[in-house]
Amino acid sequence: MKDEKQELKAALVMQDGTILHGIGFGAKTEAIGELVFNTSMMGYQEALTDPSYGGQILLMTYPLIGNYGINKQDSESGRIHPAGFVVRCASPDYQHKDSEQSLHGFLESNNVPGIQGIDTRFIVRHIRDKGVMPAILAVSDKELDTKKMLEKSRSFDYSAIDFVSKVSIKKTQIHQSNARTKKRVALIDYGAKGNIVRELVSRGCEVHIVPYDTPSSDIRSIKPDGIMLSNGPGDPAILTGAHKTIRELSGDGGKSGNASRIPIFGICLGHQLLAHAFGGDTYKLKFGHRGSNHAVIEQESKRISITTQNHGFAVGKAPEGFEVTHINVNDKTIEGMSCEERNILSVQYHPEACPGPHDSKYLFDRFMEMMED
Amino acid sequence: MDGAAGRMERPKKVLVIGSGPIVIGQSAEFDYSGTQACRALREEGIIVVLVNSNPATIQTDKDIADRIYIEPLTLEVLEKIIEKEKPDALLGTVGGQTGLNLSIGLHESGALSKHGIRFLGTDAKSIELAESRESFNRLMEKIGIPILPGRIVKDFISAKKFADSNGYPLIIRPSFTLGGTGGGTAYDEEELKRIIELALRMSATGETLVEKSIIGWGEFEYEVVRDPIGNSEIICNMENIDPMGVHTGESIVVAPSQTLSDRDHQVLRDASLKIVDAIGIKGSCNVQLAMNQETGEFVVIEVNPRLSRSSALASKATGYPIARVATKIALGYRLDEIKNAITGTSAAFEPALDYVIIKIPRWPFDKFPKTPRTIGTQMKSTGEVMAIGRTFEEALNKALRSLEIKVPKDIVPDEHLFPPTDLRIYALLEAFRKGRTIEDLNRITKINPWFLARIHNIIEIEKRLASEKRIDKELMLEAKRAGFSDAQIATITKSKDSELGIRALRKSFGILPTYKIVDSCAGEFEAITPYYYSTYEQENEAEATPGSASVTGANSRKVVIIGSGPIRIGQGIEFDYCCSHAAFALREMSIRSIMINNNPETVSTDFDSSDRLYFEPLTFEDVLNVIENESPEGVIVQLGGQTSINLAERLHEAKINILGTKMDGIDIAEDRERFRALAMKLGIKQPRNETARSEEEALIAANKIGYPIVVRPSYVIAGRGMEIVYSDEELRRYIQEAVDVSQKRPVLIDKYLDNAIECEIDAVSDGENIFIGGIMEHIEPAGIHSGDANIVLPSMRLTEIDKATLTKHTNDLCKALGIVGCVNIQYVVKESEVYILETNPRASRTMPFVSKAIGIPMIKLATRAMVGEKIDAGSLEKKHKASESRYAVKSVVFPFLKLIGTDIALGPEMRSTGETMGLGKDFETAYYKALLAAGIKIRPGAAFLSLRDEDKSKAPKIAELLKKLGFSVYGTMGTVGSIENAIPVAKIGAGSPDPLELINSGTVTLVINTPTKGGKANTDGFRIRRASIQMNIPCITNLNTAYELLKALEEQKKHPLEIKAFDEY
Repeated sequence: MKDEKQELKAALVMQDGTILHGIGFGAKTEAIGELVFNTSMMGYQEALTDPSYGGQILLMTYPLIGNYGINKQDSESGRIHPAGFVVRCASPDYQHKDSEQSLHGFLESNNVPGIQGIDTRFIVRHIRDKGVMPAILAVSDKELDTKKMLEKSRSFDYSAIDFVSKVSIKKTQIHQSNARTKKRVALIDYGAKGNIVRELVSRGCEVHIVPYDTPSSDIRSIKPDGIMLSNGPGDPAILTGAHKTIRELSGDGGKSGNASRIPIFGICLGHQLLAHAFGGDTYKLKFGHRGSNHAVIEQESKRISITTQNHGFAVGKAPEGFEVTHINVNDKTIEGMSCEERNILSVQYHPEACPGPHDSKYLFDRFMEMMED
Repeated sequence: MDGAAGRMERPKKVLVIGSGPIVIGQSAEFDYSGTQACRALREEGIIVVLVNSNPATIQTDKDIADRIYIEPLTLEVLEKIIEKEKPDALLGTVGGQTGLNLSIGLHESGALSKHGIRFLGTDAKSIELAESRESFNRLMEKIGIPILPGRIVKDFISAKKFADSNGYPLIIRPSFTLGGTGGGTAYDEEELKRIIELALRMSATGETLVEKSIIGWGEFEYEVVRDPIGNSEIICNMENIDPMGVHTGESIVVAPSQTLSDRDHQVLRDASLKIVDAIGIKGSCNVQLAMNQETGEFVVIEVNPRLSRSSALASKATGYPIARVATKIALGYRLDEIKNAITGTSAAFEPALDYVIIKIPRWPFDKFPKTPRTIGTQMKSTGEVMAIGRTFEEALNKALRSLEIKVPKDIVPDEHLFPPTDLRIYALLEAFRKGRTIEDLNRITKINPWFLARIHNIIEIEKRLASEKRIDKELMLEAKRAGFSDAQIATITKSKDSELGIRALRKSFGILPTYKIVDSCAGEFEAITPYYYSTYEQENEAEATPGSASVTGANSRKVVIIGSGPIRIGQGIEFDYCCSHAAFALREMSIRSIMINNNPETVSTDFDSSDRLYFEPLTFEDVLNVIENESPEGVIVQLGGQTSINLAERLHEAKINILGTKMDGIDIAEDRERFRALAMKLGIKQPRNETARSEEEALIAANKIGYPIVVRPSYVIAGRGMEIVYSDEELRRYIQEAVDVSQKRPVLIDKYLDNAIECEIDAVSDGENIFIGGIMEHIEPAGIHSGDANIVLPSMRLTEIDKATLTKHTNDLCKALGIVGCVNIQYVVKESEVYILETNPRASRTMPFVSKAIGIPMIKLATRAMVGEKIDAGSLEKKHKASESRYAVKSVVFPFLKLIGTDIALGPEMRSTGETMGLGKDFETAYYKALLAAGIKIRPGAAFLSLRDEDKSKAPKIAELLKKLGFSVYGTMGTVGSIENAIPVAKIGAGSPDPLELINSGTVTLVINTPTKGGKANTDGFRIRRASIQMNIPCITNLNTAYELLKALEEQKKHPLEIKAFDEY
């Protein structure tokens, strides 16, 4: 299947004055965001629908994107989250038994601009040297005023914006499971990927997805067997409300009987929020980890998992009483921690995959075991 | 990296088995992986004992292994080496199927346990689990991985039963064979019978798999590494553009997969990891899978529990050194403990590509015009090219021009689309040119429409180029980004602008190539290895290597080496050996080496062989672009075979400094008229020769010279189209059928000197001092291509006077041509007269053989001479003397088993794929070993003799030798009729016993058949030769070869085979 040829102008303007002109696709509009890159060679649909990309312009390092189109089953949420999309070549043809729409059409219907035909590897190397930075991506059939775009890019501060409130659901949703013995999980939605829910449901969990700002008392009243802290966009440090809620949910770790050592499992942003909630901290990585090929080693067993990652921040210091369970094989950053006393488990990466390897799915099983005990 | 020590006792001495001569299905990739493995072992302080019979390998160099055995790869030889060396471990997974089968053989014979030798890496039990169809299928059922319906059979009856219940087509795969040898696709019972019988003979276990065909499904490969504690990862996933039905070695392959969604990919990834885990791989494994992309069903086809052709491709495609990592794993290291040499980070990660890789096989059909060009489940290709681009179109166009083949004009698409031939890709292009649709071609070929759309896009751009009056900047950029060469654009636009005109226009637009790094991580981390490819984008990452004209100083020198491209008949691994040696020599001299090549199988394209690697096509444009990007002091064109020397003239015209022999010297050597004048001036005789521009001229010339004559077209290399002609009638047929003679394309006619000794000299010179590496003597008489001849060094039959004349001629020629670097000169000696046949002002195929035989690295000397160093001929002569106490014989292997329909009789056109070397203190031992290494196994039994008229007088002598060796002797009436105790046999079909019956029943174990001149197919001789190949029994087609072989056998009977390490000779 083939898209009709469109000749749209497009420009990508980075805050440091780097300007690239290319060919536009997707929506004729302008978008601002932090420019980040992802090294997954497949899985562009899952990435585009990952809420963690809120507030970012996403660049795929693999040069041919859109080859198998867009299908019904592989979206991680109901819409595209990155503000803009940057590729070397958006395939004009797509072919797959499940595909229903072209990449171009998907972006257009989500009002998201895309740029292609530019040296994406140059941008990656530039970001690698200079660090991530804001950028503006504009697509138009008219001439583009890159000077104005550059000015506008200077007004953007990713870390100051609360993206979570924009991507979280507004009302609690309940997902039932067909299993006979059920565990009830409260999933706090900071921008959860759909597959977290699917993984829990497939293991016999009744999942209550609650808005990010649900008070701890309301969550307790659900009587969950476990709490799942989801992934999501933005700087974990500014989400002080979430820090407080998490602290309240865990209480003092069950010592006073005030809390019942309710198992908590944090993924990505959820992992970072746990660090903040109990006295640890996070810091911004120069250009983040985004891809499906990062090796993580479990400290005790020395088992290596190839993981899906999508994070711009990392835990710098784990809270007291927390053990660092997983580290990144390459840069030795903290990838996972646990606190036995509080019955907490968290990882920086994405055991729910989508896209990416299934190596870490065992963590969901571990969460199930924690809920059994 | 001390973790491994705790987990496993570190071996002290490891036996590494190489893969032997280059054959179809087993090429240079195993020198590459074996070399990497040896280095990985030695840097741990482990002593490496290496065995390989192929002298043209880097791994048999003395700085790669500690103990080198250039000996035949047989169980008997290996057991002797084990007795002698007493290694404590064996690494059997780096030498291809040959190395693997031998390792299993040593395990089964008890040799390993007897000497307490451990299997390193994947152990024998796991290998058997993976290689035996029955156990593999059982294992897959156990772990729930779908396989194709199939049955292991030991006879035709059970195969037919399976066919009756499952229907046709069926795929037949013999167990434990290489490159699908003996397998095939059967569409009916008759074919099934034929293929099953061959497959059972080829199978090492006497069993073969018959399975349901899934022609048309998508075919995918996953390269997996798994460490000792079970951590595993996918290094590369690849997709065959040719769907199921074509062997993966015969397919055009793209990496990474293009048509799989992440969901599909994860299904296949999970399956691959599960399989590798269940088998218990410790190291590397290749998993082949098929997916029906209309339903999502998948099956595993097979696994290779070792380093493979695909793992070499995956290493080059990703920059991830699989052989090195697999070796470290074999020593007990975990993935996270091994360093990624490219980025300095850890080996635990899955490479991310930000480019498209395309591999295309190189087939030898130009050499075998009578062989059907159909490609299928059995490999026929000899080599491959790889190209890198940022779009599919760019990679494909670059790969196509890397092949260096002449595409036939007027391709009729439907003759090549299905069943596919080697020309299918060109047929697809032509079909789109003619307006055929993607739907139509998908229906016929089952090739995924996405790929067809990309190929279609190339033709769309081509059409726009053809219709534009003047190419503007935008269209030029689009064409370059789609991989079009300047020459291609010039042809398409039919403008008067030649390639250079388009080049100038392109440059005037400011459109220059940019070079990007292959870094295994899509730019995420800084790469420290300079491995580049070209594309047309914004940023050029290949800033000129320090040492450009602007930078001066002692370490500022740099040199470009032009490689030899894909392995093909006539231009094999030998030239890659030469290019690699040049890079090593330059490194020793602190001169930076810049390698350009496109062959993913080789050592020269390993990222640490040179200071910089440009993975590029070897055309004038691509090479000149690299040179302009680098501004080196000069370019080495002598070492990459005909590929590089052919570029010399145009590079010279482009004002590029050709290092070594100057252009004029190259020209004299290659220009027939100029060379004739020079030879005359130097008093060197040539066989009488003429040039003819029509049939009549040819006949007149032939009669003037006198038959027999050698005829050949003037515009070919490696003996293509060359024939020996004995009469007017044959000459007429040759002119009418074989060549296209014209004013511009004359036919060259030379006197054929029969019953003469052919010999050749490899020498190096610095312009003044000349060092002759050796006078090699051909065992076969003149007229058999030197690449196909058995060669002995030092010579046996030449007199001291002959040798003195040859030396003098060589010295005179070197001086007259201004040879600096290498030269190869071919002579014929007849009745004490020396005639010169040709002079090649470049490295020859025999250079590695000579270097090994005399223990002097000739190419390093040549390279040093090319960059200005002097040769100390005196001290080299002394060293040379020391080597004269041993004999070295080069023998060859042929691809006849894989190329059905080919006559195996030898002639002036080269047809062998690879070579072996035998060493011994006497000629007989060396010759016997060389032949043994080439797979000629003489089993006792009966010999069948059928000689041409001029050889018949020697039949009694041969028969006598045969009888002495215990053979009963059969033969044709004419050959053995008058020989006592020999059994004469009627012609085929004329009585009993029938010659074919004798061969097919297994009675005959050796055939000696010297073909009548002329080489007609379908004669009795042709059928006898084919039958012996099908039965896998030796068939000797030359009397000298046969005589020397029998004498060597006789000698061998007297004492056991003596095996020595290379430095013990």
